[in-house]
Amino acid sequence: MAQTRAKKDAAPAPQLKKTPTGINGLDEITEGGLPQGRPTLVCGAAGCGKTMLAAEFIVRGAVEYGEPGVFMMFEESTQELVDNMRSLGFDLEKLQRQRKLALDYVHVDRAQIQETGEYDLEGLFIRLAYAIDSIGARRVVLDTIEALFAGLPNQAILRAELRRLFQWLKDKGVTAVITGERGEGSLTRYGLEEYVADCVILLDHRIIDQVSTRRLRIVKYRGSSHGTNEYPFLIGSHGVSVLPITSLRLDHKVTDKRLGTGIPGLDEMFGGKGVYKGSSILVSGSPGTGKSSVAASFVHAACLRGERALLFAYEESDSQVLRNMRSIGLDLAPWVRKGLLQIHASRPTLHGLEQHLVLMYDLVRQFKPSVVAVDPISNLSNQHDDVGLKFTLMRLIDFLKQQGVTAMFTSLTADATGPVAASEVGVSSLMDTWLLLTNLAYNGERTRTLQVLKSRGMYHSNQVREFIFSDNGVDLVDVYLSGERVLTGTARIAQVAQELAARQLRGTDHERRMRDLANRRRALDAQIAALNAEADERAGEVQFAIEREKFEAEGTAARAREIAAASGRQKSDRVAGRNGVKSARAAR
Amino acid sequence: MSTTASPRKKSAPVVAEWQLRLYVAGRTAKSEAALANLKLICEHHLAGRYSIEIIDLLVNPKLAAGDQILAVPTLVRKFPTPIRKIIGDLSNKERVLVGLNLLPLAAAKA
Repeated sequence: MAQTRAKKDAAPAPQLKKTPTGINGLDEITEGGLPQGRPTLVCGAAGCGKTMLAAEFIVRGAVEYGEPGVFMMFEESTQELVDNMRSLGFDLEKLQRQRKLALDYVHVDRAQIQETGEYDLEGLFIRLAYAIDSIGARRVVLDTIEALFAGLPNQAILRAELRRLFQWLKDKGVTAVITGERGEGSLTRYGLEEYVADCVILLDHRIIDQVSTRRLRIVKYRGSSHGTNEYPFLIGSHGVSVLPITSLRLDHKVTDKRLGTGIPGLDEMFGGKGVYKGSSILVSGSPGTGKSSVAASFVHAACLRGERALLFAYEESDSQVLRNMRSIGLDLAPWVRKGLLQIHASRPTLHGLEQHLVLMYDLVRQFKPSVVAVDPISNLSNQHDDVGLKFTLMRLIDFLKQQGVTAMFTSLTADATGPVAASEVGVSSLMDTWLLLTNLAYNGERTRTLQVLKSRGMYHSNQVREFIFSDNGVDLVDVYLSGERVLTGTARIAQVAQELAARQLRGTDHERRMRDLANRRRALDAQIAALNAEADERAGEVQFAIEREKFEAEGTAARAREIAAASGRQKSDRVAGRNGVKSARAAR
Repeated sequence: MSTTASPRKKSAPVVAEWQLRLYVAGRTAKSEAALANLKLICEHHLAGRYSIEIIDLLVNPKLAAGDQILAVPTLVRKFPTPIRKIIGDLSNKERVLVGLNLLPLAAAKA
C-alpha cells in the first residue's frame, strides 16, 4: 500500500503545474497558463495594459475557473478599478458580493508618514492574509507594489520585506501576478525582477507609422517552455486578447464537405460542388472586377443555407454594402436583421494590422460564423510592409481553419496588365483556392472574366468564364472561343446571335434537303412500281409463251400419237377382225 | 473641539484631546518597544490629554485596511486632524514629536 502510494507520488509531474489565465491567447503562449502557486511579474511602461491584464486574470479565474482572487491595488482606488473594469463588462462589485473577489486598496501617502526606528510590513501581510483567507483566494494580484518605494523611504527594509512577501505568497500557494513599471535599462524601475523570477511577462506599447500596437513577450518562464516571440495583443471590449504567432500548429482537421460559393457557374467550375468547407479562398483582381460582389454572393449563399456569416468590409460602410449589393439582387439586409449576418465595417487605419486581426479573432470567437469574408485584405497592408500582412494572414487563416470556418479574402491587384502573381500580397500560397478576376478590354468594351488559378484537392475547370452581373446576383457564362480570341460581352452576344442565325439557316437548308430527298424517294418508288409492273407483264408474257409452247408441243405429241394410233388400229383391226370375229363368234 | 466626538465606538469613552492608536502585530520586541516609547513620550508631552488604543492586527486583521496600515508598528494620530502616521518602533523621540506635530521640524534637527 505504502509502496504504491510512494510510487504514485514518485510518478513525475511531467509539466509544471499551471494556472490558466483565461485570457485569449495567453494560455497558448504560456502553454497552459502562469506557474501555479508562484508569483509572476508583469512589467511594462505606463498605459500598456498591466492592470487590465492582471484584473482579467483575477476575474476570469473567479468566473471561469472557480478560483477566487484578491486584487490588492496601490495606485488606483477600489472605485476607480470597479469603474474601469465595468467598461469591459466585468462586474467587480457583483463578484465581491458573491465572495469570489476581494479588493483592497493600499494607499501610501508619503506626506502622512513619518519613519522612526525599526519596522516591518507585517501589516501588509496581515491585510493580504485576511483578504485571502476571507474568500479562500487562489489568485492574488499586487498592482503596482512598486508604489511602496515611493511611500516608504527605507528601501533596505522594503526590499527585505518584499523578498519575504514573495516567499510568503509562494508558501501560501497562491498564484500571484505582480505588476511593475518599466525602468530605464531594466525590466522594472525598482528591480522587482530580482525577487519575482519565476515568470516575467513584458508588455510594450509602441507606435509604428502612427499606428499603435501593443505587444507582449514572455521574458522568462522557469521550468516551462513558452512562446518566445513578441505577440501583439489588444485590449478590446471584452478584455485582453493575445495573438499567438507560432504556437499555432498546422494540425487542423479537414473535411470532405463542400459548400456552394453562391455563384452557380463557379460551383460548376469545381465539378458542380463548390469549395471545401473550412478552406480559404482568395479572390484577386484589379478595381471594378467584381471582387466585393463575389464576396457578397458567398455570404449570401451561407445565409441562405441558414449558416452564420461574417463580413469584414474595409472599403464600404455596412449600409453602403447593403445598398450596393441590393443593386445586383443580393438583399443582405434580412440576414442582418435575422442575426445570421454580421457586417463589420471599419477603416484599415483604425488599428494596426495586429489589432485588426485580434478584432477578427474576437468576433469569430463570439459569433462562431460558418463563413467569413474579408473585403479586401490588400487594404490592410497600406500601413505595413507585405511581410507583416503575410504573417498576419497566415495566423488568421490558420485560426479560421482550426475553427472550421470557410474564408474568402478579396485582394486588390494594382493593374490587370501587370504580372498576375507579382502584385499579390504574397498570400496566394496560403490559400486553397485562388480565383482571378480580370477585365478584358476589346472592341471598345470592357468585360469581366473569372478563372480558377488553383484549387487544392479537387477538380477545377481551367477555362476562362465570363462573369456577369444580373438582377439575380452574379453568375458565370461560358466564353466563346472564336478562332484564337475569347469573346466576351457584346462580342459574345453578337457571336451568339450570329451562330443562332447560322443555325437557323442550316436548319432551313436541312429541311429543304430532306424534302428533296423525300421527293426523290417518291419518284423512285413510282419508277420501281412501273418497272415491277413491266416485269410482271414480261413474266406474264413469258409464261403465256411457255404455256402456248407447252400446249403446242402437247398438241403435236397428241397428233403424233393419234397418227401412230391410227396406223396401229388398221393393222390390229385386221388382226382384231379376225380375232374379233373369232371372239365375237365365241362370244356369241 | 472635543464636541465633535469620534463616531467610533471603540474609541475611549471620554474623548481625549489627543487620540492615538498604535497598530501592532502580536507582542513582538518591536511592538513592545514602540509601546514603551510611546507611553514615555506621551507622559512627558501630553500628560492627561491623550488616549492610546492598541490594536493587535493578529486579533483584528480587518482593522488594518481602515487606517491603511502597511507597516507595524504604526502609530496613528487620529485626533487632532490631520491624521498622521508614524511607523517604526518610535525609538527616535524627536522624529516622533515631529510626526505628532508636537515639535517643529527645525527644533528636532537642532
